[in-house]
Amino acid sequence: MSAPVRKKFFVGTAGIILFLSIAVLVVFVAFPVVLILFNAFWTKGAFNLVDVAAVLREPDTYQALLNSVFIAGGTTIGSTIIGTFFAWLVTRTDLPYKNFMKGMFLVPFMLPSFIGALAWKMLLSPRAGYINRLFMDYFGFDGPVFNIYSYYGIMAVEVMYLFPFVFIQVCGALERMDPTLEESARISGAGLFTITRRITIPLVLPSILSGALLIMLYSMAHFGTVAVLGIENGIFNIPTLIYERIHQSAGSFAAIRTGTVLATVLVVSAAFIIWLQGKVLGKGRYQIIAGKSFRPMELKLRGLRYPLLILCLAYIGFTIVLPTVVIFMVGGLKTYGLPFTMENLSLDNYKFILFDYKTTKDAIWNSVSLGLSAAVITMFAGVMISYVIVKMKVRGKGILEFLGMLPFSVPGSVIALGVILAWSGKFGVNLYNTVWIILVAYIARYMAFSLKANSAALEQVHDSLIEAARACGASMWQSLRDIVLPLVRPGMFAAFFLIFLPSLRELTVSIMLYAPTTRTIGVAIYTLNEDGETVMSAALAGIALVIIITGQTLITGLTGASVKAK
Amino acid sequence: MPHVRLVNVTKRFGTVTAVDNLNFTIEKGECFSMLGPSGCGKTTTLRMVAGFENMDDGEVYVGDRLLSSPAKNFYLPPEKRDFGMVFQAFAVWPHLSVYENVAFPLRIRKVNSAELHKRVTDALTATNLLDSASASPDDLSGGGKQRVALARALAINPDVMLLDEPLSSLDPHLREEMRFEIKALQRRYGFCIIYVTHDQSEAMALSDRILVMRGGVAQQIDSPLNIYANPANRFVFSFIGLSNFLEVHKANNAYRLAGGDCLPEGLAPPPALAGHERLSLASRPAEIEFSDAPNVLRGQVARKAYLGETIDYLVKLGEQSLRVQKARHSPGPEQGTNCGLLLLRPTWYA
Repeated sequence: MSAPVRKKFFVGTAGIILFLSIAVLVVFVAFPVVLILFNAFWTKGAFNLVDVAAVLREPDTYQALLNSVFIAGGTTIGSTIIGTFFAWLVTRTDLPYKNFMKGMFLVPFMLPSFIGALAWKMLLSPRAGYINRLFMDYFGFDGPVFNIYSYYGIMAVEVMYLFPFVFIQVCGALERMDPTLEESARISGAGLFTITRRITIPLVLPSILSGALLIMLYSMAHFGTVAVLGIENGIFNIPTLIYERIHQSAGSFAAIRTGTVLATVLVVSAAFIIWLQGKVLGKGRYQIIAGKSFRPMELKLRGLRYPLLILCLAYIGFTIVLPTVVIFMVGGLKTYGLPFTMENLSLDNYKFILFDYKTTKDAIWNSVSLGLSAAVITMFAGVMISYVIVKMKVRGKGILEFLGMLPFSVPGSVIALGVILAWSGKFGVNLYNTVWIILVAYIARYMAFSLKANSAALEQVHDSLIEAARACGASMWQSLRDIVLPLVRPGMFAAFFLIFLPSLRELTVSIMLYAPTTRTIGVAIYTLNEDGETVMSAALAGIALVIIITGQTLITGLTGASVKAK
Repeated sequence: MPHVRLVNVTKRFGTVTAVDNLNFTIEKGECFSMLGPSGCGKTTTLRMVAGFENMDDGEVYVGDRLLSSPAKNFYLPPEKRDFGMVFQAFAVWPHLSVYENVAFPLRIRKVNSAELHKRVTDALTATNLLDSASASPDDLSGGGKQRVALARALAINPDVMLLDEPLSSLDPHLREEMRFEIKALQRRYGFCIIYVTHDQSEAMALSDRILVMRGGVAQQIDSPLNIYANPANRFVFSFIGLSNFLEVHKANNAYRLAGGDCLPEGLAPPPALAGHERLSLASRPAEIEFSDAPNVLRGQVARKAYLGETIDYLVKLGEQSLRVQKARHSPGPEQGTNCGLLLLRPTWYA
């Protein structure tokens, strides 16, 4: 009785879903990555490691590798220290306005770091930077106070935008941590300092390390900041070198080789970092989540309360408010370099960009339509794939679980390069120089977000709910449509915005794939800046900031309202 | 001289008074329980004794040492109070071995290594943990973790032990076993216990005296036996054990069940309560007899259920009803039949 039913089940709906899921991941993610590995290791008709080593030994590539590691290392250390300190400050002390501070420290998540880099260039470039000029013109300095076109400049800017990764992880751990773990140390006779050192820090160490590794992963593969601040001074990291080679030599064999070898290095390091992160967080080590509990004790800062408040406010003012204000001010200037006086400032640039300038109008339209399409497609694909991974018991699921891990470890520049290899006509389809190639790359790039949000939502849906629907006579399709989809709708909603908003400011992938008519907002800001159109670039960046912040606020309001409604 | 003293202790959270003017004392070596429904202020009281919660008024002493007194602007932090404490959720540190968990309070006190080793070994022996000394607490069961927490609290040989629902994370079988282990440890080490629980059988089994609390106010402080046999008020009666309440109205100098018959002769409130028009007649299901005598309550068996060792009856008395529990062997009326009921220990509350 059960045998024929099961057979029908396998080749029927379940089989189709499994096949489609594997197909989506293979076509969009696995195929481009495999092509990169193939191109890197397969030369002159044979598997060839010597050539790979030769490419890595070229001075330019070798230097780019070193730079990536050095910049990522410095950024990670800096962000971890700052993130952990602020997290501790807003969760465990009696700092005033803690909730406001917590919100502000998360703002950099929203801001695109290359726009930040642009702002810092305006403030601290050696000759023209406003801060440097201020010191040279009015305080008698002979040279610039700080040169942002340097390793330390790049690291500083990356730290400003990446430290929230550690901050949010450590905040979460400190808030969820069972307060009796610390109280039992207190009743054992330990003072607050001893408890922090011997109990609290060791217990949240996995969270600190996991946040740090996330930053390492992000910084290694980070394009924007290094592109804006490094290239000027000849500082390249892996992604910027890939971009430079592909861009300059329009698809020559040597450029593709260097690109694929560097991309392989990125993929391997990303996989290694993710593996390491899994180890750190592995096996639910340190279950410190509280059951019922009283609120943890707050350290009384006493005399340090206001100095630390001022430090926090200064940090927020300096790293968030100042760059944002500079972007908007420069965006209002008639010509870059003029002083900020009323007669030099106007809204003309903004009007021009929004209504008259074809390049930027196109860019905004491209970004919005690409973002919407990518978000919708990836959202639905993500639900389907997560459903198979989380809920279905079918043969062949193992392949899918492996493929499902891939999107998490493939950095943007690798995807872009892979997409070029796959969709430039070699395999019968030529999307190069069209918006479609960017769409394909966006889907691959944001699949990880969708898988994460949807699996989390699906794991909340207990199997018995679906089984109950089947027991009531619903077919698999009907139970999916009537039970599963309504229940995972919040996850899909989350996935949509997790994709749509970041795609509006996407740079890494688009910069490698754009054609004159297919610029995105990110590409337009970047190229305007490269072409010396600093004020236009700043004005467009300002508009992008407005769109992003409005969108984010709307979503926070919407999701906040839906949480309250529950 | 009592060992622990709470004098007029009061705690407010905003406009809510969580603990209201609480007074009690605990003798050396005594086991004292605070019992009550959740939100009654028992845990808050324990946390004020421990020093984790500031109080708004009153004083706490151990021996002649003052621990907290808002009036004198004095507050000794928890780490200076030298208590042992065990929490509901174990709170053993997962990054330290069992041995290091227990050694922690001694290391804080800079006990020299020979003495430290001896005392940790003692505490681990007393809690049957010596074999797991080098294990990680995460490899132990719930009961094992709670033993680690106990051993850690024992390590400094405290003379006051604070236990905050220490058994409620354990499964029922283990819970009973651990109760007796705690009692045995107390006899051996001689500390006094302040025990917070919402489980009355746990409080009954362990305690020398019980404080029943409700809404931050002490209801009764007494021995387990007296709490059960002579509850101070209707709340204590209903909170401990199974209980029946019949509403009784006084009209024309006669007492009548609300929505039912007149009370039989001889069943009347004590003179002290004679002035009240409305009264509650309390009884325990196990302290009611079926009777054919003339002067008893009359009712009809609405439900009869076998619960293994006992038979549970629901008897309708007009609009009200009584539960009666009898041993399995004693014969009783069948469902649907009429019966007479004799209350063995009728208790009246206004």
